[in-house]
Amino acid sequence: MMVDQPRYKNSDEVDFVIVGSGAAGGILAKELSTNGFRVVVLEQGPYLTEADFTHNEIEILVLDKLTNHPKLQPTTVRKTPDEKAKQQRALVYGRCVGGTSVHFTANFWRFHEIDFIERSKVGPVPGAGLMDWPITYADLEPYYTKVEWEIGVSGQAGASPFDPPRSKPYPMPPLPVKSSGVIFERAARKLGWHPYPAPMAILSQARAGRSACVNCGFCLGFGCEVGAKSSSLVAAIRVAEKTGRCEIRPNSYVHRIEMDANGRATGAVYFDQKRVVHLQKAKAVVVCANGAETPRLLLLSANKQFPNGLANSSGIVGKYLMFNSGGVVTGQFEHPLNDYKGYAVSRVLHDFYELDPQKVAFYGGGGLDARFDFTPITFAFGGLPPGTPRWGKDFKAALAQDFNRTMEIFCHGTSLPVENNSFSLDPDLKDAWGLPALRLTYKDHPDDLKLGNWMFARAHELFEAAGAQKKWGFPAQEQQFGVHLLGTCRMGNDPKTSVINADHRTHDVKNLFLCDGSSLVTSGRGQPTMTIEALAFRAADRITALAKRGEISA
Amino acid sequence: MSELNRRNFLLRAGTGFSAAWVTANWPALLSAATHAHNAARAARPPKFEFFTPEEAAEVEAISARIIPTDDTPGAREAGVVYFIDHGLVTFGADDQTTYREGLPELRARVSELFPGASKFSGLTAEQQDAVLHSFDESAPAGRRAFRARPGAQNFFETLRQHTIAGFLIDPEYGGNRDGVGWKVIGREREHVFQSPFGYYDKDYPGWQSAAKEADKG
Repeated sequence: MMVDQPRYKNSDEVDFVIVGSGAAGGILAKELSTNGFRVVVLEQGPYLTEADFTHNEIEILVLDKLTNHPKLQPTTVRKTPDEKAKQQRALVYGRCVGGTSVHFTANFWRFHEIDFIERSKVGPVPGAGLMDWPITYADLEPYYTKVEWEIGVSGQAGASPFDPPRSKPYPMPPLPVKSSGVIFERAARKLGWHPYPAPMAILSQARAGRSACVNCGFCLGFGCEVGAKSSSLVAAIRVAEKTGRCEIRPNSYVHRIEMDANGRATGAVYFDQKRVVHLQKAKAVVVCANGAETPRLLLLSANKQFPNGLANSSGIVGKYLMFNSGGVVTGQFEHPLNDYKGYAVSRVLHDFYELDPQKVAFYGGGGLDARFDFTPITFAFGGLPPGTPRWGKDFKAALAQDFNRTMEIFCHGTSLPVENNSFSLDPDLKDAWGLPALRLTYKDHPDDLKLGNWMFARAHELFEAAGAQKKWGFPAQEQQFGVHLLGTCRMGNDPKTSVINADHRTHDVKNLFLCDGSSLVTSGRGQPTMTIEALAFRAADRITALAKRGEISA
Repeated sequence: MSELNRRNFLLRAGTGFSAAWVTANWPALLSAATHAHNAARAARPPKFEFFTPEEAAEVEAISARIIPTDDTPGAREAGVVYFIDHGLVTFGADDQTTYREGLPELRARVSELFPGASKFSGLTAEQQDAVLHSFDESAPAGRRAFRARPGAQNFFETLRQHTIAGFLIDPEYGGNRDGVGWKVIGREREHVFQSPFGYYDKDYPGWQSAAKEADKG
């Protein structure tokens, strides 16, 4: 941990308390402290650094060293509101300074123009609450560029004919292509599609005191021990700390936003590591706890004035949850790919980003990517073709034969916002601190499944064109588990159908702001973090302007 | 290892790394070298912390049927039983009961299927496989989970997952002795690699050239 951080007292009324230090929280901390404000970031997880990150799969798979823990933070799951939810793991998110950006795959596509105006363009979709954003791609474009340059994204501008306009090229070239990427690229071209180098939040060149990627191969699920992965931890939090105005307070589990009689937030109440309760006072509260924990915190903060939860006059806090639809096809080739070397994704294509609902008979669109995101152990559990013996001589022979010759195509796509799909408080189950656990209610919209299966068929076509020796896959299924946690406190101009306005300010509480996956109005096509970070940069500008005009504390 | 020695070690060990590339990536390489260094320290003496020697012999015999030794090393050579033993007093403490209850059940199954026998490790390989088949409840096929999760339903499945983990984990962390598991699957021991990585990317002309070729074709 940095030694030059200020140490604020709980009784010091700082300018902003930020709940969560992930993709959005880290950037807001950086921007607001750089703009001269005094900031305390409360992070429920530990403060880990490069020295703590290992390639120990047990720490990741069994101990949840970087993520929410299913024993301490159990969850329940059901499909529809009339069911009783069963205890089951509903989600995985980063629980450490830097949040999910520490362990993510780092796919960093921008959203396209269509994602912001889709309701106007395709009209209403039965069974969904599809809505336009109150901002457009053009409003967000400068902030996408900011993410690329300030956080660090590798890529090649202009390589995809479907890309939206951009004001600046990428700050550094794409990472080296992998064999999976070359196979994908050649086959896609044969089919007349337009593959291009994947934009990744991983450094291809040393930059800002951080190393370039060394292709260790332990990427998805792991923290980067050389600082090449552009997490909030290395790209934002460290800048915030250097301002001398930002304190990162780890092991601080916020469970209530404190309110005064005038309906203003006065700070955040949290458990420290010893489970002692504190109130950090602040002039304004910014919640960046992710698309599950942000609505949970609002619901946990219900009081007499806000009996249905804070900032929930609309009744939609936690609702319209979107996971992104998907499917995976795996293929085997004759020669070694050695795809265990390097980061996960080197090629992607967006030919199907905007499908014509009239032609395909469903709403949606998506992208395909070439990847290998297995570690040796996860490959042995999930990378072999169906029907392979699970132990014994033939199992071992399959591992030896296939580990280096396997790649995957991931299908990514839209999820429609459906009101019943939600995170709420479980009425019975409690977490280790005695607080109501998260309850997931989720049933994919039929169009999401249709899209998933349509994309799945394209992935099969691609492997066919690539001459894969073997291919198999798991088509889209109803999801009961998520890692993209989107839309649960969505942004909009109408306080009846949204929770925050275009400035990320809650419609109901003047000095309460929300910014993370929960802010998204639509789900994009599967890679939300880039947009969450662009929103965070924009939110910081909006909040700074409001504060400087005296419109937050007044 | 001094920094200078580490640097020489890396220059020698890494195939095809240019000196300029090593210099450019120096901080990262140091970190990777520390991994290798810690690996040497992590080797534990073969002393059991959870199993009795008899239990250890049974567990080792089972692991050796899950990943057998043939013309290449198997679970036995990878020291999987030590990984599991240490695991059961650390990350896998929740699975202690599974083993405590599972081992007597195994012994009962051995006697039931092969009257007169009482030890799994005393059976022939074919007999051992018959016993394990009687335990194995195949998992249904389905979409793969976001992450595979060791720590499972029954004794055999738990032992199967622990064996795989002990065979394939980064050797730094107490299994996969001498990296034999990675040798079997063809994963190089290094944690720093340079492109080209495999057969299909080695002659790749670059994205621009590939795009132009495609346009011509």
